[in-house]
Amino acid sequence: MTFLVPLPVVIPLLGAAVTLLLTRRPRAQRTVSLTALSTTLIVSLALLVLSTQDGALAVAVGGWGPLGIVLVADQLAALMLVVSSAVTLCVLIYSIGQGMVDGVEDTPLSVYHPTYLILTAGVTNAFLSGDLFNLYVGFEILLVASYVLLTLGSTENRIRAGTTYVVVSLLSSLIFLTALGLVYAATGTLNMAQLVTRLDALPDNLRLVLQGMLLLAFGIKAAVFPLSSWLPDSYPTAPAPVTAVFAGLLTKVGVYAIIRTETLLFPEGRVTDLLLIVALLTMVVGILGAVAQSDIKRLLSFTLISHIGYLLLGIGLSTPAGLSASIFYTAHHIVVQTTLFLVAGLIEMRAGSTALDRLGGLARLSPILGVLFLVPALNLAGIPPFSGFLGKVGLFQAAAGVGGWLAWTLVAGGAVTSLLTLYAIARVWNLAFWRTPNPAMPGVAPADVTAVDCVPAVSVPVTGPSVPVSAGDERGAYASARAGRAPSAVPPDDHDPDESAVRLPAMMVGPTVALVALGTALTVAAGPLFSVAATSAADLIGRDAYVRTVADLPEVGE
Amino acid sequence: MTPNLVYIVLVGVLFAAGVVLLLERSLTRILVGVILLGHGANVLILSGGRAGGPPIVGTVADEEMSDPLPQAMILTAIVITLAVTAFLLALAYRSRDITGHDEVQDDAEDRRIVVLAERDDVQIGDDQDQDQDQDSPAVRA
Repeated sequence: MTFLVPLPVVIPLLGAAVTLLLTRRPRAQRTVSLTALSTTLIVSLALLVLSTQDGALAVAVGGWGPLGIVLVADQLAALMLVVSSAVTLCVLIYSIGQGMVDGVEDTPLSVYHPTYLILTAGVTNAFLSGDLFNLYVGFEILLVASYVLLTLGSTENRIRAGTTYVVVSLLSSLIFLTALGLVYAATGTLNMAQLVTRLDALPDNLRLVLQGMLLLAFGIKAAVFPLSSWLPDSYPTAPAPVTAVFAGLLTKVGVYAIIRTETLLFPEGRVTDLLLIVALLTMVVGILGAVAQSDIKRLLSFTLISHIGYLLLGIGLSTPAGLSASIFYTAHHIVVQTTLFLVAGLIEMRAGSTALDRLGGLARLSPILGVLFLVPALNLAGIPPFSGFLGKVGLFQAAAGVGGWLAWTLVAGGAVTSLLTLYAIARVWNLAFWRTPNPAMPGVAPADVTAVDCVPAVSVPVTGPSVPVSAGDERGAYASARAGRAPSAVPPDDHDPDESAVRLPAMMVGPTVALVALGTALTVAAGPLFSVAATSAADLIGRDAYVRTVADLPEVGE
Repeated sequence: MTPNLVYIVLVGVLFAAGVVLLLERSLTRILVGVILLGHGANVLILSGGRAGGPPIVGTVADEEMSDPLPQAMILTAIVITLAVTAFLLALAYRSRDITGHDEVQDDAEDRRIVVLAERDDVQIGDDQDQDQDQDSPAVRA
């Protein structure tokens, strides 16, 4: 069944080529992209099942053996593939929904589809790569696609944000490339399975330099604290679905690369203390940044940085328990963070803004939006029934298992970060979902504002059905508020034609609901998922399974 | 294997010049810096492999062949640098179109939050809430 392994890379690339040819036929373009990503999801699921049953699958592309490109689908890679392709598929449907509503000025769809598919191919290539240089190529594919997506429409703001993003990403790529040159000069190979033995033979100091350079390059991509300031400046300006997929996937690809290199290539753990300290700083500084923000998208970008710290915590512990908790948390965080950015896009569509001082009363105006925000938000903050809580408990248990002052400090830091996340989320909830609806927001019937403020409703022109009330009549005020809200609040089945401007399209709500459900399903399926994470962590630390799979590949000419 | 000293000095010069240009504010200079750094990295990869005759079977003895793998990698890296260079040029051009220059700008939202923090006014909307609470006990009830 090894023919399945290259498909998650090949299918999106083929889809990109076809959609590029179909530039003038948007409907056909949409069909092709949807088909490509659905197929990728199915193939990824098959790979996960196969790798769980029979161990890792490997393919030497072109039959060059370890000299050429090697693709390896072990459990970790397959799990990441499944989560990422589910997320990309949902975001694609969402963006199609948005494109049909928005018109095409801000998001030229003809370019969007090919670029989005290439981004997906880059991500899957990075996950499957069994060769450091191919990993670099995967990174470059996804980065170049992300440059285009981030500057879609090339408005002033996006050009400004894109400049920072492009320059920082280029720098990290160059560091990565230089590190590759050094690794090759030192060992004569970039195949990860071969590197396992050859790196072990190198002098310690040389190995530390190589490890440091790779960590630096991946740290920039993963937005680890001192290297993270580019992220909140660049992500929020992009269109909502683009930000969502960036937040969910791009930083996690960096984390994945850190997991691979730390476990497979440099397992001796000489930088684990450094990783733990950086994890602590990333968590705390990130969330303090989030607390200060006044815009939902920027706030979410900072929580994204902050929660990268949790992932690093598990990697830094470098025990099977820590790694498996990290892998679980990565899967959880990809889904939850993407969902939150999609909801931020819905908020922007409903209320015309994501700035907290311009929002208010959304919970009454659009209860479904409230539910869609609250569930993943509480999940992110780690409220008990959700997978965020399970992941954090797993990480804290692993840290407690290691012991020592540093591990316990991290547990404390993680708990504080979790509380501060809850605080940041509660702030968004208070300001955007409670409060009086802002009259400037589209679709806010004057009755909403007047009734709550207890100005006699008679004195204001009221649209929609409303009950005249006197200033002191509390029940009447509520009734009026309800009645006034009715036309605008119930998306999308039962709405007034006048309110179509603020109606949330089903194609945007649908995928968001699906992702919220997927995030909740991670809680229900936490047991099996944790066992997958645990076996892949054991494989990662054992290293032998990976090396054997690649070593079994036929040599050149065989 | 001992690398050639000329390569190493060349890599050093390219990296130094590239880093200096990367620290500039103008996007065009950053672009030139990126190109220099890319060349530096390519020469570094090249110097990591064995030097020798063309790596084509039958032309020279196996021991005298140069290492083909770094060359293949450099070709890939050159293509990537080309794509990125084209994109950066377009970005610089568009930036000049919009703002009249191609300098990397500060983030406006960051500035705004700094100003808010200096006025100790980060808690947006809280004042408004208090006012509203005083005016409308009905909501609380």
